[in-house]
Amino acid sequence: MAENSNQNTNVVVERLRSWSPNAISEVIEFRGETTVVVPRKVLREVAERCRSDKDLQFNLLSDATCVDRYPLEPRFEVNYHLVSIPRRDRLRLQVRLSSDDPSLDSLVTVWPGANWLEREIFDLMGIRFNGHPDLRRILMPEDWEGHPLRKDYPVEGYRDIPSIATRYTRNRP
Amino acid sequence: MVDTATGGSKTMVLNMGPQHPSTHGVLRILLELDGENVVRAIPDMGYLHTGIEKSCEDKTYSQAITLTDRIDYLNPLGNNLAYCLAVEKLLGLEIPKRAQYIRVMMVELQRISSHLVWLGTHAIDLGAMSVFLYCFREREEILKIFEFVAGQRMMTSYIRIGGLALDLPAGWRQRVEKLLKMMPSRIDEYEELLTGNRIWMGRTKGVGYISAEDAVAYSMTGPTLRAAGLAYDNRRAFPYSSYEEFQFDVPTRTDSDCFGRYMVRVAEMRESLKIIRQAVDKITPDGPFRTEAAGIIPPEREKMKTEMEALIYHFKIFTEGFSPAPGQAFATIESPRGELGVFVASDGSPKPLRVHFRGPSFINLQALPKLIEGKLIADVIACIGTIDIVLGEVDR
Repeated sequence: MAENSNQNTNVVVERLRSWSPNAISEVIEFRGETTVVVPRKVLREVAERCRSDKDLQFNLLSDATCVDRYPLEPRFEVNYHLVSIPRRDRLRLQVRLSSDDPSLDSLVTVWPGANWLEREIFDLMGIRFNGHPDLRRILMPEDWEGHPLRKDYPVEGYRDIPSIATRYTRNRP
Repeated sequence: MVDTATGGSKTMVLNMGPQHPSTHGVLRILLELDGENVVRAIPDMGYLHTGIEKSCEDKTYSQAITLTDRIDYLNPLGNNLAYCLAVEKLLGLEIPKRAQYIRVMMVELQRISSHLVWLGTHAIDLGAMSVFLYCFREREEILKIFEFVAGQRMMTSYIRIGGLALDLPAGWRQRVEKLLKMMPSRIDEYEELLTGNRIWMGRTKGVGYISAEDAVAYSMTGPTLRAAGLAYDNRRAFPYSSYEEFQFDVPTRTDSDCFGRYMVRVAEMRESLKIIRQAVDKITPDGPFRTEAAGIIPPEREKMKTEMEALIYHFKIFTEGFSPAPGQAFATIESPRGELGVFVASDGSPKPLRVHFRGPSFINLQALPKLIEGKLIADVIACIGTIDIVLGEVDR
């Protein structure tokens, strides 16, 4: 089983390399998972290729998420987890972004299901998706300040919430 | 937020929720209506956002398990399993077969109980009161098994990294056997009440249609996708926890409406019973219920009394935790609602760098406007019910 999936992923990497030598900047194999690191500029083309190529057929976008490696640079890693239902294969596309310009092309045109996933990343991580049809906050209130999942955002938040003890004493004469 | 599509001349905007009972939690939908027809629907959520992903980053790998229970509160064991599979993948741990079978049995029991809640609430939304009572009667029996095995009815935290929290207690087999004997006829009862019922068919047949292409494009998974004709099931496509050793069918339909999804879920309950039957036979009375890995899995109590090393490891695990090698892992399971994925990234410290949950409720809900736009407002209720969302998982 493991061997089989390994062969498949090699096919994927070779296929993408043969299509364009600039499509892949790095391939990471870890615990049986293949991560293809893609330059930001070609992400949408690579994604479109992954979906429509007859030998790849990654028709389902399973997940999109982001990792904040603050204070390291490039700070953000955006991961797209793809599934090929007919070929029973998985692939992770990764794009690395620096903190001075955390933006990349939206994949909503490739997989409409990317819409909310990208909104969530925008909301919680502050990554901008160019060409996204509806880039609004999705989980946090619309007037929220900051992006809570960033590493420089404190777990308790910025808002000053008085403790129960102070509230209790304040109301007493 | 809403600028009406038709220029605001004929349409009105109706705010549905977040306290509407049929939204199964705190989902708010802005409906733009032309008479009784829905022109546009905009789901709005986040009312239950508790920042679980952020909290996980502040806990050790083992501590975060208790948070996973609270994401999809109808499927806590499944969440435990998905999270533990991801961390185990990161660590490269092998789990004993016996523990894997127990996991399968527990998760399949959970699937039945989750589908029962879905069926009961979906039916009550559409006006069938008695089905709700029947479903909760059987769900209670399953929750009693959970309480017996794990000590908790709902937030079990029973599945742990490397295996299970406890071994199965004496007498578990009789209880599960009793349930297995009882359930098939009970599922027949629900079907008798609903499947041929003209009101039920009227409210569900042809309602909430989505084509297979759209379902895939909108990343839908689980019974919703299978009712559209695609037999994509993680237990088959990417087997985990020894699912490849179990015989079961993946029920599919082609009608892709509320009725089709109902039929798929009912068939899934029967398949789950088959899997539980096989798991019960596979679980040996004795054997390990978790793996052995120094520094990761707590040592046995007896060993701590005689071995210095065991005592040191015990202390280290419960004070500092363990540190997986830097890397990322993504593990998926088939939850009752679809593909539940957990992404864990490690930077080599005892706390996860990032934990992300791919909640099937969240992603399936995305297609709701597709299901209801252009349809009648009365069908909105049926469509919300049919995707089977848990708002705890949508908002996390």
